[in-house]
Amino acid sequence: MSSNSSILLENARLLDPASGLDATGYVWVREGKIAAVAAGEFNQGRLATDLGALARLDDLWRIDARGFWLTPGLVDIHVHLREPGDEHKETIATGTMAAAAGGFTAVACMPNTRPINDSPEVTRLIMAAAVGAAARVYPVGSISLGGRGETLAPFGEMRRAGVRALSDDGRPVSDSQLMRRALEYAGDHRLLVISHAEEASLSRNGVMNEGIVSTRLGLRGIPRVAEEIMVYRDLALAQYTGRPLHIAHVSTAEAVDLIRRAKSQGVSITAETAPHYFTLTEEAVGLYDTMAKMNPPLRTATDVAAIRAALADGTLDAVATDHAPHSGLEKELEFDLAANGIIGLESAVPLTLVLVREGLITPLRLVELLSRNPAGILGVPGGQLAVGEPADLTLIDPQRRFIFRPENNQSRSQNSPFSAWEMEGKAVLTIMDGRITWRDPGDPQFKIGHC
Amino acid sequence: MRTTKSILMNGDDIDRSLTRMAMQIVEYNHGVENLVIIGIYTGGVSLARRVQQLIQERLGVSLPSGSLDITLYRDDWSLASQNPVVKKTSIDFPLEDKVVVLVDDVIFTGRTVRSAMDAIMDLGRPRCIQLAALVDRGGRELPIQPDYIGLDVQVGLGEHVHVLLREHDGSDEVVLVQ
Amino acid sequence: MSDAHTFSRRHILGLADLSVDDIELILQTAESFKEISQRSIKKVPTLRGKTVINLFFEPSTRTRLSFEIAAKRLSADTFSISSVDSSAVKGETLVDTARNLAAMNPDCIIIRHSRSGVPGLLARHVKASVINAGDGAHEHPSQALLDLMTVREHKGRIQGLKVAIIGDITHSRVAHSNIIGFSKMGAEVRVAGPATLMPPGVAAMGAMVCSSVRAAVADADVVMALRVQQERQFDPLLPSLREYAIFYGITPELMALARPDAIIMHPGPVNRGVELTPALADGSRSVILDQVTNGVAVRMALLYLVAG
Repeated sequence: MSSNSSILLENARLLDPASGLDATGYVWVREGKIAAVAAGEFNQGRLATDLGALARLDDLWRIDARGFWLTPGLVDIHVHLREPGDEHKETIATGTMAAAAGGFTAVACMPNTRPINDSPEVTRLIMAAAVGAAARVYPVGSISLGGRGETLAPFGEMRRAGVRALSDDGRPVSDSQLMRRALEYAGDHRLLVISHAEEASLSRNGVMNEGIVSTRLGLRGIPRVAEEIMVYRDLALAQYTGRPLHIAHVSTAEAVDLIRRAKSQGVSITAETAPHYFTLTEEAVGLYDTMAKMNPPLRTATDVAAIRAALADGTLDAVATDHAPHSGLEKELEFDLAANGIIGLESAVPLTLVLVREGLITPLRLVELLSRNPAGILGVPGGQLAVGEPADLTLIDPQRRFIFRPENNQSRSQNSPFSAWEMEGKAVLTIMDGRITWRDPGDPQFKIGHC
Repeated sequence: MRTTKSILMNGDDIDRSLTRMAMQIVEYNHGVENLVIIGIYTGGVSLARRVQQLIQERLGVSLPSGSLDITLYRDDWSLASQNPVVKKTSIDFPLEDKVVVLVDDVIFTGRTVRSAMDAIMDLGRPRCIQLAALVDRGGRELPIQPDYIGLDVQVGLGEHVHVLLREHDGSDEVVLVQ
Repeated sequence: MSDAHTFSRRHILGLADLSVDDIELILQTAESFKEISQRSIKKVPTLRGKTVINLFFEPSTRTRLSFEIAAKRLSADTFSISSVDSSAVKGETLVDTARNLAAMNPDCIIIRHSRSGVPGLLARHVKASVINAGDGAHEHPSQALLDLMTVREHKGRIQGLKVAIIGDITHSRVAHSNIIGFSKMGAEVRVAGPATLMPPGVAAMGAMVCSSVRAAVADADVVMALRVQQERQFDPLLPSLREYAIFYGITPELMALARPDAIIMHPGPVNRGVELTPALADGSRSVILDQVTNGVAVRMALLYLVAG
């Protein structure tokens, strides 16, 4: 389908937190943009008039989206695409295909590639590889050169090359002075600083949450305070410098409380968590299952409850996947030696939908967490159903039941603790820039056809 | 299924046979010098103790007696679906140059006795080994014959001989079960 | 336990996996096996033709020797691979090693590794039975079983005994397996040691955390001192061995608080004068050498029960 095609999605439940719209209606996509958004039945007569503008009648695709949710394209502000350097795990092409299959139209990719994205050259390499990809790619640049936490990377030049935020993700910025300077200097270049909050001297050599399970398994623990101390430091620095800060992958109850308090004091901060932190506890490590190894580690039921509450009450702003592909080479190992992280792009929607079904959040809040807020945090277009906006759209079947099989996913890697889980709800159609980037092959119940 | 059951020996029969076997052991060995009595788990252990007591009652001599677990010497244990529980072998006297009388309740294929002889050899070098069995049911698979027999009976392959002893089972009886 | 209890474990990975009946059967079997080691011909043909591989990725003299003697006394063919000549140094992953070993069709693999959970990882990739000879800070099942055997030998029972385990609870796989084992068998397990070496969640494993060594030892039937590992360099865990000896070492004065017939245990090797005063380590209440003797019997029992 050419990008000049026109797509009509009708009878869908439109969910747009920006306008508060939650009604059955239609969205008309034309020339890569949203041409119309309206509640109610699509008017055939008006279509004929509008179609006069189209050169070729058979370029109009008409999709009956009855029973499905139509949302602004989902935005994931925390993924690892592994290119350059670790293409055996993922590439920009496969990672964005995984994004599209998960309903995402944009992703922010973390800088811990090889080489690390700490220069405009690496940023440009990523931007070039992202041309024609199945999702928009917003590179996150490294805060420090080489991610070593010593000196600042060239924020300005990286911004010009395409970087939209900064983070030393995977490694904390241990030097408080450097973090302060990063916040200050990032402001000059309209770049958001993302904190990977971890006090390394407390987490060193740890491989899972410190607690009953780590003791039972004889594994070195990472105490919650390792995260909380750093969350507190970075909140204090954000307050002191007056610069915005985003906290990545929040995993503990106390970190949530710190963020809630800082927000109530008017500090300009946002925070994300990942589906695994509101779905799994440390018990998922079971008998050394490396699929449950990530950083920060899975915590306890108390933390999970706090994270869920924080997603509902607005303390946490976004659900990001921290999609971290690894091959068997990095995961089929001794637990101590296995790599941290799991893939997440293709399981985020069903896992977040669980919160809706449990009555914890509304469908509109889900769209806020997965689309509107992440787009806003990153300062990129999207996140709303508005005429004239680029046509980034996600069609979700909230009732589709399926068995999650990482081996059938679009991602190049299969490292997921959710393998073989029965899930409900998924993206069945993803449109990015007016182009269909994903159409669920599994017996789609919606009708798609020429007008 | 166990459908029929017939009694081969009652308590008195067993007593009489054991008494006769005890006396045969003494007679055949021209006395009790260097004799030791060793029972094979499980049934043989009680019988060996009785033989030892019978000899003591008649001759006033307390012969050394012990018990032997042959599980570790079996040639078929890895074929069993579960590992048999290993009992404690208790032979707290030297076997060098002794006349060892092995006692078992039933002799059938001869494999248990073969195992027991291997076990005895590992424990020392006796001058000779003799075998006493309360019941010889035939069906030998090895060239092994008992020296002292309580009851000689030919039993079919589908039949089982059960020796019940008062030490374990409350009363003495040898039954044939089909 | 009845004679009818079936031992259905293919692997011995930890005390956590074993039922009370399993433990009872292992101990009973080990008690029967003990006599074999006292014979002049210390060998039975039970595992004739079976292949047992000792795979030791961590230096160990005692445990490896004990397992090797146990296997040989059961007539198994034993092969030992130690870390220096293993493929680990060539960059081969553990799973590669496992698959290669599996291709040679051994019956039993005994593994020691510095990383917790490795025996389980190995077990998932081989057909052979896997016996954990100590993995990281996880478990050391054969040690706990020989400790149970030794205590029962001396006390006639486990149920109702007060067992004090003193020292580095965090890093001690011996402590972990013993806490699980003794509490499963009905003993009251108390632990004490420096707070830096007391992990969270010990209570959940079945132990009572005591505020002092004195409190743990008071009225105890069994006092078990753990080895202080001197190679703890990552963390500021202990100021010095001297300080440890003064405040956490077992002394005759401390033992006076225990029951008069209390026994002293140690998994070895003892840092004499640190965990235990030399007089206690070598004294009449010490059962440390009985532990070593029983180690062979317990390992024979484990090999017998899994290698069939």
